[in-house]
Amino acid sequence: MNDMLRLVEPLIPALRRYARALVRDHAAADDLVQDCLERAVIHWEQRRSDNPRPWLFAILHNLAINQFRRATTRGVHVAIDETNEDAFGQDAEQEHKVTYRDVMAKLARLPHDQRAVLLLVGVEDLSYADAAKVLGVPIGTVMSRLARARERLHQELEGAAGDLNNNIVQLRNKT
Amino acid sequence: MSNRPITEDDLHAYVDRALEPEREAEIMAYLEKHPDVAKRIAAYSDERNLLRSALLPIAEEPLPPQLNLARMIERPRRRPSSLRWAIAAMLMLSIGGLGGWVIRGATSAPAGGLAALAEEASDSYKVYASDHTRPVELRDSFELVQWVSNRLRQPVKLPDLSQSGYRLMGGRVVPTAHGPAAMFMYDDDHGERLVVLTRPMTSDQNAPMAAHSGGDIAGVSWADGGTGYSLVGPRGVDSLRPLANEIRKQAQTI
Repeated sequence: MNDMLRLVEPLIPALRRYARALVRDHAAADDLVQDCLERAVIHWEQRRSDNPRPWLFAILHNLAINQFRRATTRGVHVAIDETNEDAFGQDAEQEHKVTYRDVMAKLARLPHDQRAVLLLVGVEDLSYADAAKVLGVPIGTVMSRLARARERLHQELEGAAGDLNNNIVQLRNKT
Repeated sequence: MSNRPITEDDLHAYVDRALEPEREAEIMAYLEKHPDVAKRIAAYSDERNLLRSALLPIAEEPLPPQLNLARMIERPRRRPSSLRWAIAAMLMLSIGGLGGWVIRGATSAPAGGLAALAEEASDSYKVYASDHTRPVELRDSFELVQWVSNRLRQPVKLPDLSQSGYRLMGGRVVPTAHGPAAMFMYDDDHGERLVVLTRPMTSDQNAPMAAHSGGDIAGVSWADGGTGYSLVGPRGVDSLRPLANEIRKQAQTI
């Protein structure tokens, strides 16, 4: 169990980041990570590979997907406008805030399977093979989802660039 | 320079810096000659960096007390050893009730096609629920539903038991004498697993709920509109019935 602390503890910040970017709610994300770590403690001896990183992301991802499904059946829906401001960096420079807020809002508009692959590969630096393991799909599916996700995010951001000024006005009006 | 054509996968691997140096050089040469593609790939790269920077501060936040791993290792919330005791205690407690429902089972035991389904579900439970390495073949619920619906040649609805505290672990297609069946597996906070088996029925196309038991496991089976369902778990029928009712209700809203 000592090796577990040594191997897993450094990964917790990345797990939190993935959870928050995926589910967007600060508290719900930390609950998911807690649940993930508790399961990892219990099943530590049963893991199949020496590298606990994809294994932990897989546990976390499955917990998040189950939560999405629960939310869907209960009809809970968080509109884009209600995005918790804490959902992304608080320490960001002021001029970056609008851009960061924007990219997070656009990310939130992606279907969650596309969002997941974009985060696992592009932010968490998982290999395509590890991302496939986490998502439980073949590598070919990872590649096609990644392509669709990048194109969709690009289109969303291109569309946003045109009315960036309007966005700023809207945000100010709300406060 | 190889003659391998440039693929979309290559371009994304280039964005992720996941290419061998030689292939990377080929992609760079290609992009120099194709400014339109280069522009798109540069945008993907920029957006990848933007996303990383936007999310970086989250990983730099101090960890909240609830994520103290050392404490969790010291005192796991769900200890497997105490779980074994809990199951033992549960079995002791359910012996009393067992006599009751074995007698009731005599009047409502599944027969015909439903009996076969019940047996298949019990067999699946025995083989897969005890498997700690690979209890399920697919975990992704979307892929899973697609896969089993294709194999069963009919839309299969994934039962959601989260309201009752059971989370989907995943599932697989399992063989039966009556063709492929879809198996879904669930677990709760105590690691207790349930199996739902569903397949098209040749006989007993509509059958009321019937209970069955054998060894340490029990099940409830029924059929609606040509599709059979069997729910199997380690607890008595009385605790499975509300779950079976829930699955039945959900299936009717396809």
